[in-house]
Amino acid sequence: MALARWLVALPFLGILVGVAFVNRVEPLVLGMPFVLAWIVGWVVVGAAAMTLVYFVDPANSAPESEDGGERS
Amino acid sequence: MNAALVVIGLATLAALALGLAAHRGLRMTLEQWTVAGRGFGGLLVFLLTAGEIYTTFTFLGGSGWAYGRGAPTFYILAYGSLAYFMSYWLLPPIWRYAKRERLLSQPHFFARKYDSQWLGVLVAAVGVVALVPYLVLQFQGLGIIVSIASYGSISPTVAIWIGAATVTIYVMISGMHGVAWNAAVKDALILVVVVFLGIYLPLHYYGGFGEMFRAIDAAKPGFLAFKPTGQSVLWFQSTVILTALGFFMWPQMFSAVLTSKHEQTFRRNAALLPLYQLILLFAFFSGFAAILQVPGLTGAQADQALLRLSVQTFDPWFVGVIGAAGVLTALVPGSIILVSAATLLANDVLRPLRPDLPDSTVGLTARIFVPLIALLAVYFTLNNPPTLVALLLMGYAFVTQLFPALLCGLLPRNPMTKYGAAAGIVVGVVGVAFVTETKVGFADMLPFLPARVGDVNVGFAALILNVVAAMLVSWATRPAPVAAASSST
Repeated sequence: MALARWLVALPFLGILVGVAFVNRVEPLVLGMPFVLAWIVGWVVVGAAAMTLVYFVDPANSAPESEDGGERS
Repeated sequence: MNAALVVIGLATLAALALGLAAHRGLRMTLEQWTVAGRGFGGLLVFLLTAGEIYTTFTFLGGSGWAYGRGAPTFYILAYGSLAYFMSYWLLPPIWRYAKRERLLSQPHFFARKYDSQWLGVLVAAVGVVALVPYLVLQFQGLGIIVSIASYGSISPTVAIWIGAATVTIYVMISGMHGVAWNAAVKDALILVVVVFLGIYLPLHYYGGFGEMFRAIDAAKPGFLAFKPTGQSVLWFQSTVILTALGFFMWPQMFSAVLTSKHEQTFRRNAALLPLYQLILLFAFFSGFAAILQVPGLTGAQADQALLRLSVQTFDPWFVGVIGAAGVLTALVPGSIILVSAATLLANDVLRPLRPDLPDSTVGLTARIFVPLIALLAVYFTLNNPPTLVALLLMGYAFVTQLFPALLCGLLPRNPMTKYGAAAGIVVGVVGVAFVTETKVGFADMLPFLPARVGDVNVGFAALILNVVAAMLVSWATRPAPVAAASSST
């Protein structure tokens, strides 16, 4: 869980810090300017990381009860 | 009267009819009117929270900024995704606390956490102030759509009045019930239209995405990357942080969170909704396609780019379909904003001041506020407002000032006192209002800092002042620890 949680830091670093280093148009990726494709790439990677976090987080394996599977 | 206008007119009437039909057979108490009696299932809650991002802002504003500014429009894609990633950890504790304490609104949350009714009133006031530019944005979008789709036969001014009147009538009669089903129709229609335009226009005019971007890059070098100064990378970073933190601070977003039945919903959505954000790409592509095809739109006119290109490309009836999708993207969020603002004023500002008022009077007052708020927004809309994106950024600059106090409130040992929270919010909001009104940049006030600091988003700079003020005042007003006080005597 701890490891997966650190994965989610990646899109934040990629988008907030990384953009400073990839602020250019060429090479085009899937027809998009490089900096746009970079942001899109991190959104997709982030969504994958969140999916992983969702499945390894024990809070989500509890059945959906009325009190929302509260963690202690 | 042309085909486009007929289609748009029919769509508006259908939306109105759907809204009015939704309230039949219900007694409209305040709770029914504002949160539909908390009776919405998961799908509608998803549509209300996810669909929130598909407003006139994304449709016309996102494409307009792609047309007028280029790369800076990419921030819109970044902030929503980062906000949803954070929501995995941010929303469940808010939801749990609100459920345990039976809270109904965002001001309630602050009032209970800090044990101060006045802080709740302050938070409600900030919410209303932030919602007004957001409402102006929707009205302005309506004006653009109707005047362009009528091929100039209806002036923007008349279009804004028609749009404002429609939203007002609709909201006063059916409240949130009317919004829900129209939200579903709106989302489906806008997704189809935006994806179609975003693919068709680049292929039709340039033969492909790569060809389009190469042509733009050749015609306007530097347009597709962040600029060295002004809307630079530093601007992008500060703006994304500001708007990502503010994403869930909107009063209507907060209410949508409270309507959920399970906290797992938020964690699941944290992975799904960022991908839903990618639809924004197609709005960008439409705006970029317009650059070389309908050149010469400057300033706030850039918001017309998508529609101007559509008029040039398609038959009137299809322009009507695009316009109808656009009208719904303004009508639905416009109604949600109006309901939220009116409820905040009646329930979270008026009620604490006059606790003896009966529920029915508060409910009636909320409805009376609706046309007043709409009139205020029409006034601002008709007085030379900036571009749609600039309006939304203004709203974000205000609403994000609530974030530090909210985050501290969720900590096990809150380092902030109620005075500190209030001081931070006031300093942040006044800072934003001062800079917006006087156009004095932070670089002018603090000339000893390097010139690049001037690129930092105004709201982000105000957020830093907010945190500093909150820390200082909290430190000064911290109650003496009980143990220390008793041992010293």
